Amino acid sequence: MATEPIDLEAAGTCVGPDGSAIGMPQLCADWMPNQIFWLLIALAAIYFVLSRIALPRIATVLAERQGTITNDIAAAEDLKQKAVEAEDAYNKALADARSEAQAIIAQNKAEMQAELDKAIAKADAEIAAKSAESEKAIAEIRASAVESVEAVAKDTAGSIVAALGGQADDSTVAAAVDARMKG
Amino acid sequence: MATEADGHSDGGLVFHPMDQFIVKPLFGDGAVNMFTFTNVALWLLLAVACVIALMVLGTSKRARVPSRTQSVAELAYGFVYKMVEDVTGKDAVKYFPYIFTLFMFIVFSNFLALIPSSFSPTSHIAVTAVLGFGVFIAVTVLGFVKNGAGFLGLFWVSSAPLALRPILAIIELISYFVRPVSHSIRLAGNIMAGHAVLKVFAGFAAITAVAPLSILGITAIYALEVLVAFIQAYVFTILTCVYLKDALHPSH
Repeated sequence: MATEPIDLEAAGTCVGPDGSAIGMPQLCADWMPNQIFWLLIALAAIYFVLSRIALPRIATVLAERQGTITNDIAAAEDLKQKAVEAEDAYNKALADARSEAQAIIAQNKAEMQAELDKAIAKADAEIAAKSAESEKAIAEIRASAVESVEAVAKDTAGSIVAALGGQADDSTVAAAVDARMKG
Repeated sequence: MATEADGHSDGGLVFHPMDQFIVKPLFGDGAVNMFTFTNVALWLLLAVACVIALMVLGTSKRARVPSRTQSVAELAYGFVYKMVEDVTGKDAVKYFPYIFTLFMFIVFSNFLALIPSSFSPTSHIAVTAVLGFGVFIAVTVLGFVKNGAGFLGLFWVSSAPLALRPILAIIELISYFVRPVSHSIRLAGNIMAGHAVLKVFAGFAAITAVAPLSILGITAIYALEVLVAFIQAYVFTILTCVYLKDALHPSH
């Protein structure tokens, strides 16, 4: 059947003349030493490589990463704390500035009020002085006017008396005019 | 391979699902002796190469922000490390390199075996028995070294009534010695069965009428085998952890 000649001696008892397995190849005792030998070599190689190179390396990498993460979290916590503190400081500064501004405004207002009061008082005093002066001037004018009226009245009365043919001395006329004017 | 030739010459369905497990020398036609470079050797060494590629070359940059390959390597490391820590305990971490070696070897052998026309070393009982009995012997020796005669307390169930204890001890003893057998046959059996089933489905593809169904079947079984490849590696590793825990802390 098989095209290639099978060396029965070499194939052993587990392979038929047609090249296919007789029974389960797993149970063929002829092959087991070979499998076990190569398996032990493979396991030793894997164990050696893993325990000497790969596992310590991965352990280091994982530990480093864990360390970095822990550090970063701590740093983040720190920064957060700092941010909170900065915010508090900012709020405090804001409140301080506000109260200071209030104080300055109040002070300015008081100063302005004082200056205003002073200016008003001065203006009032000036106005009072000026009106007193004016009153005095008016009084003077009035007095001189009364004097003039008296003189004119005496002259006029003397002239009228003379024109009517009366004889009047100045003192009589003056007395009569004074009496009239008082009345 | 001879399988296809035979299938045609007989004109019917001839299945050789076990032929894929035949061990052959890669160079020359001689007999397979202990040191012959066979297909087993090739695929075992390919598994070693893959482990090195992932775990050594993949992590060569030691990047703080890992590349994809480094991520996978770290994922594998973390996965097995956590398993050892959770199942066996923190004091077992010094055995982690051995367990990780087992896991990486099995997982890569299983996945490489899924490449079409590849060879699957973990389907061979000779391979898995070495692994299973290796774990068994190591764990038993470790148990006696760490606990002395106290290790026998594993078989003496002190929480059971006194009359039952001898019977339980026999049962525990039997189950203890069955462990390496089930441990190795579970892995080999799963991988072998999956690959044999794939080959049988592939044989049906020779009939035109059922070929689409057969190809659909291959696809489905292949998906299942991808799962099995990982799960069996996981199961083998976690059972190793459990056995190790029994050796380190034999009291129930």
